[in-house]
Amino acid sequence: MPGPRSIVCIKQVPKAQELQVDPVTNTLKRVGVPSEINPPDRNAIEMALQIRDKHDGEVFVVTMGPPVFTFSLDEALAMGCDRAFLLTDRLLGGSDTVPTAYALSETIHKIGGYQLIFCGEETTDASTGHVGPGIAGHLDCAQITYCSAVQYLGSRVRGKRSVEDGYETWECPLPCVVTANFLSNKPRPPTLTGKIRVKRGGLTTTWSCADVGIDPDKVGIRNSPTIVAKVDTVVLPDRKAKIFRGEPRAAVAQLLDAMVADGVFPA
Amino acid sequence: MTLPKDKSEYRGVWVFLEARKGALREVSRQLLGEARRLADIRRSDVSGVLPGWNVEPLAREATEYGADRVYLVEDRRLETYTSRPFAKVVATLIGKHKPEIVLFGATKNGRDLGGRLHAMIETGLAADCVKLEIDDEGNLDMVRPSFGGKSLAHILCKQHRPQMASARPNVFRVLPRQPGRQGQVIRETVALTDADVDATIVTFEERTGQLARKIEDARVVVSGGLGMRDPKNFALLEALADELGGAVGASRKAVDAGWVPKDYQVGQTGKTVRPKLYIAVGISGAVQHLAGMQESEKILVVNQDHKAPIFEIADYGVVGDLFQVIPELARQLRERKAIRGGRAAAA
Repeated sequence: MPGPRSIVCIKQVPKAQELQVDPVTNTLKRVGVPSEINPPDRNAIEMALQIRDKHDGEVFVVTMGPPVFTFSLDEALAMGCDRAFLLTDRLLGGSDTVPTAYALSETIHKIGGYQLIFCGEETTDASTGHVGPGIAGHLDCAQITYCSAVQYLGSRVRGKRSVEDGYETWECPLPCVVTANFLSNKPRPPTLTGKIRVKRGGLTTTWSCADVGIDPDKVGIRNSPTIVAKVDTVVLPDRKAKIFRGEPRAAVAQLLDAMVADGVFPA
Repeated sequence: MTLPKDKSEYRGVWVFLEARKGALREVSRQLLGEARRLADIRRSDVSGVLPGWNVEPLAREATEYGADRVYLVEDRRLETYTSRPFAKVVATLIGKHKPEIVLFGATKNGRDLGGRLHAMIETGLAADCVKLEIDDEGNLDMVRPSFGGKSLAHILCKQHRPQMASARPNVFRVLPRQPGRQGQVIRETVALTDADVDATIVTFEERTGQLARKIEDARVVVSGGLGMRDPKNFALLEALADELGGAVGASRKAVDAGWVPKDYQVGQTGKTVRPKLYIAVGISGAVQHLAGMQESEKILVVNQDHKAPIFEIADYGVVGDLFQVIPELARQLRERKAIRGGRAAAA
């Protein structure tokens, strides 16, 4: 029996330490800022590749964004993904999670023949975690979120899902959206052979909204339910730290005296 | 996009009530309090929506925490949370009763549900709100941390209804329970069939021991960062946390290094905590970490580097070698406790 076709949805995000806000548009600066594959999406890629290691099949990677996102697709291909798809169109600019989940689900539908869809649990730039389950909602298929391990069972999939008080093991029919926990596995690095494959080209398909059949009246900033009305800079309260240093025993004694005086600890 | 013909048809503030092991989650009670406040501003009312099985007492309880009514949907298929049937139930009830606002706890299940639902009914959902207000036009102003906690974004959902938002546990405060407070419990029927159930939960492993200590509920959190140097040194933090009845947390760097599990992580991609006392040990204070702990009541920093940015948000700081300071702190706390105990015995 042939293995499953997995489609991994990834996003390119600014590197965590590089998050900068554009003071004019109140949106994240994406141009001229070092970026990377959203870290949890790497865990999603690894999950899909591990299934292919074991069962054969294919791993496709999809992203939606400007042409610079090719950088992340190339890296995913160099890690071992078989093919890549870039959905890029000015019409998509400013999409919030509703049009994003819609556009990705249409793209997945166009690719077709899939059994598993993987996403990272959330992105480090927007941190909503809404797109993965949103894709499942649009495709009207099963979903297992916050997975730390996944097992492909032929006609079903089993996922170990972390919840607040433990781990649930869910079993779902296919197709199914699985969102991978950040740090749930050790993503393999890109290989030299992988990089050579990328260099030879021909692995990435670029589509516009029209190519996929995406309704222009359902995407972009104009058709996004939410807007960012304004952004406030966080002003941290000046807590005026009382600092203690020197010989540890004396420093700790002074610290505790101060904390008792402030009512943090009982006298 | 399908827009409501008339926004004014949408009235009332809803809370998705999450039942877990026969009890309402604390975050659901907290959201009822916030919903009460918003409904009073909008001159509307608060409804809970409770899908489950044998959960009627929880519906009654919700009315004592501020709900004017609870829509109760009981079906054996809703005994434990799974995505599809819960999403179907909530989507159906939203379509039928048209609430203006729907609030979810930003728990794993709350996010799983909200994410699926907002795509199904095509409306806005703002995750992890830290503040909710009503603006001059009567829209819900959903304030959430953005860009690694450096700023707060005001999200509006002007044209679509309902306006949906999630909030993490402990962001809002629970109202005192009012025993006997009257509210309606309305049984709703949503036609579910076995075809609506696609996920089976085959096993559940409960977390026990140190892992079961939830940093998000702890009064004291002792967190370690890269300065801990080695996973075994977290034992020092555990000893201090035990002394204070607290729980151990970690920075993302310590989690990335594989020293402690991801559940320990405090910060933007981890947990948000607001304990009485937060002790940051060997943590330099990346903005992503600060985003998860800066609202702690008191912050104590122990770090060798007096220039570490985390000192800027500290109430107390000890500049020194944590491997000396932390055991000394645990020792003196124990000593002081013994002295207090002795005084109490003498009195």
